[in-house]
Amino acid sequence: MRLGLMAVPVAFFAVFFAYPVTAIVGRGLKAEGDWQFGRIGEVLSRPDILDVLWFTTWQALASTALTLLIALPGAYVFARFDFPGKQVLRAVVTVPFVLPTVVVGTAFLALLGRGGLLDELWGVRLDTTVWAILLAHVFFNYAVVVRTVGGLWSQLDPRQEEAARVLGAGRFAAFRRVTLPALAPAVAAAALMVFLFTFTSFGVVQILGGPAYSTLEVEIYRQTAQLLDLPTAAVLTLVQFAAVGGILAVHAATVRRRERALKLVDPAQTSRRPRGAGQWALLGGVLLTALLLILLPLGVLVERSFDGPGGYGFGYYEALQTVGAGGSSTFLVPPLEAVGNSLRYALVATLIALVVGGLAAAALTRRAGRLVRGFDALLMLPLGVSAVTVGFGFLITLDKPPLDLRTSWILVPLAQALVGVPFVVRTMLPVLRAVDDRLREAAAVLGASPLRAWREVDLPLVRRAVLVAAGFAFAVSLGEFGATVFIARPDNPTLPVAVARLLGRSGELNYGQAMALSTILMLVCAVSLLLLERIRTDRSGEF
Amino acid sequence: MLSLQAATVRFGERAALDAVDLEVDDHRIVCVLGPSGSGKSTLLRAVAGLQPMDGGRVLLAGQDQAGVPVHRRGLGLMFQDHQLFPHRDVGANVAFGLRMHGTGRAETNARVRELLELVGLPGAERRAVAALSGGEQQRVALARALAPRPKLLMLDEPLGQLDRSLRERLVVELRTLFQELGTTVLAVTHDQGEAFALADRVVVMRDGRIAQEGTPLDVWQRPASAFVARFLGFDNVTPATVTGQAAATAWGKVPVPEGSPQGEADLLVRPAGVRIGAPEDGLRCTVGVRTFRGNHVTVRLLPENAPVLEAECALRDTPDEGAVVGVRFDAAETVVLAGAGKPSGA
Repeated sequence: MRLGLMAVPVAFFAVFFAYPVTAIVGRGLKAEGDWQFGRIGEVLSRPDILDVLWFTTWQALASTALTLLIALPGAYVFARFDFPGKQVLRAVVTVPFVLPTVVVGTAFLALLGRGGLLDELWGVRLDTTVWAILLAHVFFNYAVVVRTVGGLWSQLDPRQEEAARVLGAGRFAAFRRVTLPALAPAVAAAALMVFLFTFTSFGVVQILGGPAYSTLEVEIYRQTAQLLDLPTAAVLTLVQFAAVGGILAVHAATVRRRERALKLVDPAQTSRRPRGAGQWALLGGVLLTALLLILLPLGVLVERSFDGPGGYGFGYYEALQTVGAGGSSTFLVPPLEAVGNSLRYALVATLIALVVGGLAAAALTRRAGRLVRGFDALLMLPLGVSAVTVGFGFLITLDKPPLDLRTSWILVPLAQALVGVPFVVRTMLPVLRAVDDRLREAAAVLGASPLRAWREVDLPLVRRAVLVAAGFAFAVSLGEFGATVFIARPDNPTLPVAVARLLGRSGELNYGQAMALSTILMLVCAVSLLLLERIRTDRSGEF
Repeated sequence: MLSLQAATVRFGERAALDAVDLEVDDHRIVCVLGPSGSGKSTLLRAVAGLQPMDGGRVLLAGQDQAGVPVHRRGLGLMFQDHQLFPHRDVGANVAFGLRMHGTGRAETNARVRELLELVGLPGAERRAVAALSGGEQQRVALARALAPRPKLLMLDEPLGQLDRSLRERLVVELRTLFQELGTTVLAVTHDQGEAFALADRVVVMRDGRIAQEGTPLDVWQRPASAFVARFLGFDNVTPATVTGQAAATAWGKVPVPEGSPQGEADLLVRPAGVRIGAPEDGLRCTVGVRTFRGNHVTVRLLPENAPVLEAECALRDTPDEGAVVGVRFDAAETVVLAGAGKPSGA
């Protein structure tokens, strides 16, 4: 039964993930039918490649450290303090996480780049510096830490700390000996997720890094698409694959440790209004950080989209409706059509991700042996494997019968669903696992067959989780860039692809249109997330 | 109604149920009593079909249940922590079993109303289960289990999580209710008070086997072994050698009733049979901790070179802590336990 449930996801991953990735790696590493493993050594000893590896690692470490530094106080404030507008703010800081990387890059370009806000005010430009990349990464991952750590923190019983205080521990000692050990696995899990996302960063670095900075993923894209150096790209893909596999293994171990029994209570009971100057200052600091770091870039992005040559107006938005505005032939169709394309693709991708991820989560519900756990980890891989490789792999493998999809529109949603599945599984699995088996038994004793018991007990309890999963899958699909940029047909671009193409051209009109299109994309993502926040009750999930 | 024949369930090497034979007659309330890990919950799960058996048979109304899935056995099971469906209101919880059996809407509604009245929650149909107190949840769980008119109602620690006073009230209510309805009940509990108040027959289990079976009065008066005696809360159990109407023990010579088995055996002295007198009269003991239990006091007595004794005495006769007293024994309150020769290690 469980094997039956797993068949669909396994087949999906085999055909649309493992096959394209191995094919492209094979193409890079095989010459005349022989594996050329020597190439790995050759590539890895090139100084330029070593530079990329070094930069990828240290910027990911720095981004992770910076994110923790800035977001941990936020996690504390959201977990323990009550203040007006908390719910809204919690939703707002989560918006960046579902924003397409292209939009994040564009927003920071509008803030820090040429002609950006800081440039206008003080003549400061940070684009093409590493600071722009780090700040954008913090912006992007702030919510990961706040949600993962803060979610657990808000459910830790404060009486545990009080017990330690009564036993003679000082305020700090009580925190260090009681709260910190309970939080540590969540902090570690969050840090690893942030490291994973920043290690494989593509859109942000592509837009903000300029020619000077390049992560593995950007380099894979450059080698594949610009230099057509497949062997180098293949080696880099393998390196990234190994690194991501390592990170995920550590992550799985820390998550398992996190499932260790903690005494959790209702978050509503643990938070209260801040008391004393120190706590108000902390709250103020966190609010200011959120304002500067999260609202400001988004605000500037929106402002730029209206700030045309002739003053504020809808000029750039109107230009989106015509072909070849600004004298360039960037598009075969009006850029605004990308909105419709994106929504259509994202809907289909969401459906695919829900079916595949839902079946996988159902199969993984019961705790089981090594095989199933391995499958669990496998489902996370698309989060880290080079999307560029997947996209290019689609092109070279799915182009002949029986799977000749190269000209089919379904190719884009398939690639996007691949990134959506991990989110669906991660959202639904904790909820499904939390359904007490004895509820199913109670239904069975009362006369419900296994299928009926699933319909009467499991389904109603996970309905919210399904909606949340769908929302995440939708947002992620909407923003997917690395794979889509390869396989989206020129006459059917998606929003992120259109933004990137506009940014790649010079001229004020193109720049303004990119801002306008990013604003539209941001609004679509933000609205779908805010809708989710309304139906979401359980905040203990990982995202 | 229910018959278990050599029912066996193994978890690895350990037998949670070891060739258990058990009969539950129609309209009877049978209570399985035992410490945690004695296999009593496994017994219920095996009867319900939730736990596959490694040997033996379960018969319901004479029908072998091998191969009959849980949902076709027509049983009622009340779980330890109720397991009400959190996403349904009280009425929908009670109606669940009826819906599963395809009962019509009008009939279902009438039956739900009738049952909620029966358990003392009239008109509670629309209430959310999360808003119920522990006692109310217990009542809803009972109504839900009874609604499809099960052949046999099984209760797993039915009152386990409720506070003491509520438990004592509910156990009387339950017994009255089951007697009125003529329900056949198989309950398991670790609480002897609950078992004796509820049951027509009590079955004491130990390590997957039945240690004793009988009416509550039987078991209470004549525990079959040192294990049962200790499990019932009697601590005055000691190895003894019985000769005629006296037993030689660490506490000295203790009189036993006429016709007691002779030779090596465990001896139980009920606290009521420990008589406190003047220090020079009988076994010399120092008075230890005293526990007040309403109309009487339990006193721990510390003899020289012998195990602690527990005595029960009236409030006004209670000696002071630290006093030295003498102790005599009443033959009517002593029981020579079967399972002779075995030291009472438990």
